[in-house]
Amino acid sequence: MIRIENVSLSHRDMPILHDITLSLEKGGITALVGPNGAGKSSLLSLIARLQPLQTGRILVDGLPVGSTPSRLLAQRLAILRQDGAVASRLTVRELIGFGRFPHHQGRAGAADIALVEAALEQFELQALAERFIDTLSGGQRQRALVAMTFCQGTDYMLLDEPLNNLDMFHARQLMRSLRSIVDERQRTAIVVLHDINQAAAHADRIVALRDGKVIADGTPNEVLTEDNLELVFGYRMQIMQIAGRPLVLQHL
Amino acid sequence: MPDRRLIILAAIALAAVIAFMTVDLRGNVAFVLHLRGLKLLALLQVAVAIAMSTVLFQTVTANRILTPSIMGLDALYLFGQTALVFTLGSLGYASLDGGLKFAAEVLLMIALAMGLLWPLLRTRMDMNLMLLMGVTLGLLFRSLSALLSRLLDPNAFSVVQMASFANFNTLRADLTILGTIATLGAALLCWRARHTLDIVGLGRETAIGLGIHWTRTATGMLLLVAILVAVSTALVGPVAFFGLLVAALAERLMQTQRHALLLPAAALVAIIVLVGGQTLLQHGLGGASTLGVVIEFAGGLVFLALLILRSRT
Ligand SMILES: Nc1ncnc2c1ncn2[C@@H]1O[C@H](COP(=O)(O)OP(=O)(O)O)[C@@H](O)[C@H]1O
Ligand SMILES: [Mg+2]
Repeated sequence: MIRIENVSLSHRDMPILHDITLSLEKGGITALVGPNGAGKSSLLSLIARLQPLQTGRILVDGLPVGSTPSRLLAQRLAILRQDGAVASRLTVRELIGFGRFPHHQGRAGAADIALVEAALEQFELQALAERFIDTLSGGQRQRALVAMTFCQGTDYMLLDEPLNNLDMFHARQLMRSLRSIVDERQRTAIVVLHDINQAAAHADRIVALRDGKVIADGTPNEVLTEDNLELVFGYRMQIMQIAGRPLVLQHL
Repeated sequence: MPDRRLIILAAIALAAVIAFMTVDLRGNVAFVLHLRGLKLLALLQVAVAIAMSTVLFQTVTANRILTPSIMGLDALYLFGQTALVFTLGSLGYASLDGGLKFAAEVLLMIALAMGLLWPLLRTRMDMNLMLLMGVTLGLLFRSLSALLSRLLDPNAFSVVQMASFANFNTLRADLTILGTIATLGAALLCWRARHTLDIVGLGRETAIGLGIHWTRTATGMLLLVAILVAVSTALVGPVAFFGLLVAALAERLMQTQRHALLLPAAALVAIIVLVGGQTLLQHGLGGASTLGVVIEFAGGLVFLALLILRSRT
């Protein structure tokens, strides 16, 4: 379980997160939604210790983020950042292989190599395996980065806008892969999604953020109401029901 | 497991070393060999220190066109030499105890580096801010050296000029061996960190996500850089510029940023260029032997090679 207790964040007196308290149970997909600047990425980066906590506490399986050795956390929690820029010139296979680093510290075993091959296959990257990352299209690179995050094999996965740059086919594929990994291996995914209907269709729980505050939190049917959506995104949209899940006509 | 390209590089490096030791061997062979051996040791030490420190520095700062000289260590060294000549005069400077001077120089440069790194460790200061401080301090030291040089008499000024280029002709055996041991130790630490360095090269956030303790690792690496640069600068003088070419060429040759390949390749390239260049200059080009010239010469060669390789890929 990830426990977020009274977490606030500000940059140079500009408040970004206000006193957030959330418990994310083990298992399932939680979608984090909200307008640009709501603080979604900031929240994820605090959970993943990419920036130091200012106030409050975050526990991952009881381990306090900030005082737990980085490597120990990296074995339980992986993050895909929104800005997935990688400084090095690497091949796709090398990049995905780095996902195993927290487990082998540089000495990849047969099991690690097998996992990398499986990830290449799962994300249809075999043909691109030897290509350098900086020669890929945005969507291909995104898939490689997601594959690396999956390959880390952690109980918790924080994915910041993983559908960025993906076409419809690969976006759907990714959400389905996520679903099957979460269901089969008892993993937990916290996913920032901009397409509210991806959240409606695939998430078990939706947390809606705006101006650094949690506005709504619950199942898709509980959260995706006209009132909530107006509160979060600032305009009214129609909602339909299809196969027991809400479908938001966000574009009309 | 050794890479074919590494083996070829090692063979060329070995050939350069053998040529350096044996070409034109005349007179008192034992004495010449001893002299050349000492010089070779210094050359090897500098080559390894420059190669390792530049690769490390570029990895930690995620910038392929920087060299450690941006931290201002060689500027401090230069300022120290100028200030010494200024206060002691050229005679006093010449009669300084070499060992004491060496130790003081190394310690001063490492102290400066620690001064730069301390805020990075304590308050999560931005790496770019640290670099900016290094540049500023370097500029300050350089300006101070320039100011002092203007007040020197021509004789003393030429002493400073001599000290501001790497010099392999007045080596003390004990210091050379001491420096080589320090460099070997630091190089060994770099080598042991090769897998971690691969991750560090991915950038701060990705590295943390993969379990790197960023501030500790980055400052540790930069301290290692400082030790390598300080020892080699105190031993022979400033040569930091040369690292850029070595690192770039090694990366071009190996086509990878894996440090298990990159570190040895950079070291071997540095050895080939330094030892090979020195041999050529001493025996091929009639005895003119300042390293500054070697570096310019090698720089031209490496740039050419870079251009050719780039146009081919
Ligand atoms: N390093 C930073 N310095 C100053 N402000 C920041 C920084 N990072 C994010 N912010 C601000 O914090 C707010 C939340 O940003 P972010 O968490 O990226 O939002 P989201 O991911 O929900 O779009 C924004 O107003 C953004 O401008
Ligand atoms: Mg964001």
